[in-house]
Amino acid sequence: MSDATRLLLENLNALAAGLFLLTAFGIVAMRQARACLHLFIAQSLLLAASAALLGMRFDSGHLYGVALVNLISKPIIVPWLLRKTSPAEIYTRREIDQALNIPTALLIALALAIGAYFLGIPLANAVGPEFRGPNVPIGIAGLLLGAFTLTVRREALSLLIGLLAMENGAFMAGISIARDLGMLVELAIATDGLIIVFIMGVLVRAVQKHVGTTAVGELASLREAAAKPAAEEVLL
Amino acid sequence: MSVIAILFPPLIAALLVCIPSRKGWASGVTVASSLVVLALATRMAWRIAEGGSFAGELGPGWDNWIAVDGLGALILLLIALVAATAAVYSVGYMAHGGLTPAKSKLYYANYNLFIFSMLAIPLLAEPTLVWIVVELTTLCSALLVSFENTREALEAAWKYVVLSLMGAGVALLGFLVLFAAMHAAGGGTYTWAGLVSAAPRMPPILLQTAFLLILIGLGTKVGLVPMHTWLPDAHSQAPSPVCALLSGIETTSILYVILRLFPVMQAVPAAHAQTWALVLGLISAGTAAFLLLQVSDYKRMFAFSTVEHMGIILTALGLGAAAADYGAMQQIVSHSVTKSFCFFAAGAVLLAVGTREIAAVRSLIRRSPFAGSALVFGGLAIAGAPPLAVFLSEFAILKAGLAQGHYVATGLLAAFIVIAFFGVMVHVNRMVFAPAENGAREADSPALPFSCRLVLIVAAVPVLVLGVYVPKPLHDLLAAAAAALTR
Repeated sequence: MSDATRLLLENLNALAAGLFLLTAFGIVAMRQARACLHLFIAQSLLLAASAALLGMRFDSGHLYGVALVNLISKPIIVPWLLRKTSPAEIYTRREIDQALNIPTALLIALALAIGAYFLGIPLANAVGPEFRGPNVPIGIAGLLLGAFTLTVRREALSLLIGLLAMENGAFMAGISIARDLGMLVELAIATDGLIIVFIMGVLVRAVQKHVGTTAVGELASLREAAAKPAAEEVLL
Repeated sequence: MSVIAILFPPLIAALLVCIPSRKGWASGVTVASSLVVLALATRMAWRIAEGGSFAGELGPGWDNWIAVDGLGALILLLIALVAATAAVYSVGYMAHGGLTPAKSKLYYANYNLFIFSMLAIPLLAEPTLVWIVVELTTLCSALLVSFENTREALEAAWKYVVLSLMGAGVALLGFLVLFAAMHAAGGGTYTWAGLVSAAPRMPPILLQTAFLLILIGLGTKVGLVPMHTWLPDAHSQAPSPVCALLSGIETTSILYVILRLFPVMQAVPAAHAQTWALVLGLISAGTAAFLLLQVSDYKRMFAFSTVEHMGIILTALGLGAAAADYGAMQQIVSHSVTKSFCFFAAGAVLLAVGTREIAAVRSLIRRSPFAGSALVFGGLAIAGAPPLAVFLSEFAILKAGLAQGHYVATGLLAAFIVIAFFGVMVHVNRMVFAPAENGAREADSPALPFSCRLVLIVAAVPVLVLGVYVPKPLHDLLAAAAAALTR
């Protein structure tokens, strides 16, 4: 492989990683549940692209496998499973009141991404001198932004997407530092993602049926009741 | 073969319960399979206790995927024990509410899959596969937590799934970093044992990052403060036998995964893994002890006590002495047997009075003498009264702490244990002995199902026996497990 091709692949990978980060921001900010799902699909495609490019760069068949698994499971099977298990209502929901307004959420997200950069660079350097690209810091940023999505969102679908985006982030870092993890493990992790979608879809359906909402984040009846007046109680 | 044979009964049972059949088929299959699992686990634990091993038994190459040592065998034995008692308890408890065939199928299929995923944790040797079965434990138990489909149960299940999976996402990055550290150390097989031997060559920063990511990520599922918020909800809203599984062994088997990192981390003393364990453990034990004082739901009370006990175990590991490690192992055993008993007792109380409110339950000893005495016994046992199992193990930990010269940590731990004792016993006393507020004699409660009574009696035996002496084979097993915690 010539130096020019190598450079081209590295640059393309950097482009995919940059767009990946952009979709992670989008998932934090997007109000429409369906738009969140579309962003997540775009994110998974970018992850697959990054894996394929790194696969070419390092001539690693295993990374092609990762790309293929991502290409099939997330853009195709996840939406299909969601349609099968959960009520159609979750797509049409819009979140009017988030825990934080969007500019504040984006500012915090930006701070998280910068933090991820400072965390990721020394990690990537410690693994070895060879090319790591921007995957580690951006993967960590994706993980943190997914977790942040979970804390500011209330709607079932956005929460589910937040969880899956966290996993995407971990993988984004993983494809550059843990390149030869083994196909069995990759397949198992992909299957696991699908089980997550299935179980959460079933739960959302139950919540909608028995409670009448899909804004699961607003369920908050379980907490420590304020200490009740104990005057009339007999202390033994 | 004998090693993985233990995984088959729950899988087969999960399939069998889906066959439409007479009433009692699903529960019968589940009880039978869990008894087989218990027998297999006992046999394996026995062999390990006698100094045997399972290395190479499955043929070349298998050791990279499946391995059982003292620690794994101990956790397997506990899972099998609680799974068996909870299965028998389920027979009467779940039938009490009048299960429809569809609900019964849902319950027992998930029950068996949940047991399967937990049994796989100590058996698997490859860390990323362990991560996957940890995820599976969450996913298989989610529908058990939401089983009653009330608003509260659904909320609890949702919180449980979201927070556990969020933690798992963080832990996944930790496991990938661990793999990268292995790679940077020049490769080797990615197993728990391989990690221990490669640890001295790993870049400390990678090892430290991986440890913290995994500690925080899986600590969420263990219920360590401040990631514990879901635990009291899920562990109180699920049906009581499921609570016994969640509190009694699920937390412990996830903690086991964190324990696996301790021998690895000893290669990097500068990473202060033990200090992290000590601090997180003390925070968990302390917070839970104070929260115990203000609970208003008796199942939540036992759930908070689980947070406290996880804190105690982690603190013991943080003390970093062989005696404390042994104490931690002993505490794992006594907590599992005692906490599952507590939830069986709580389930009996729930059947007798129909409410989870502490304030609504008075003079239980008159209304249902059996449930009342079980609750008192469970309360005393989990709070650590002598001569019961938890007392012995807590005493061992405190003794080891003092011998190590950790006076502040040991003092704090002792104080938290005492506060938690009062927290539990004040509530239990009021529920069982305080006279009813209006003074009128309340209606007698319905009789407890036979299987619940049977389990309450059988499950009390280890709580009592382990409080006075530790049998020789168990002692050997505990010693083997503690030995797995150091390089």
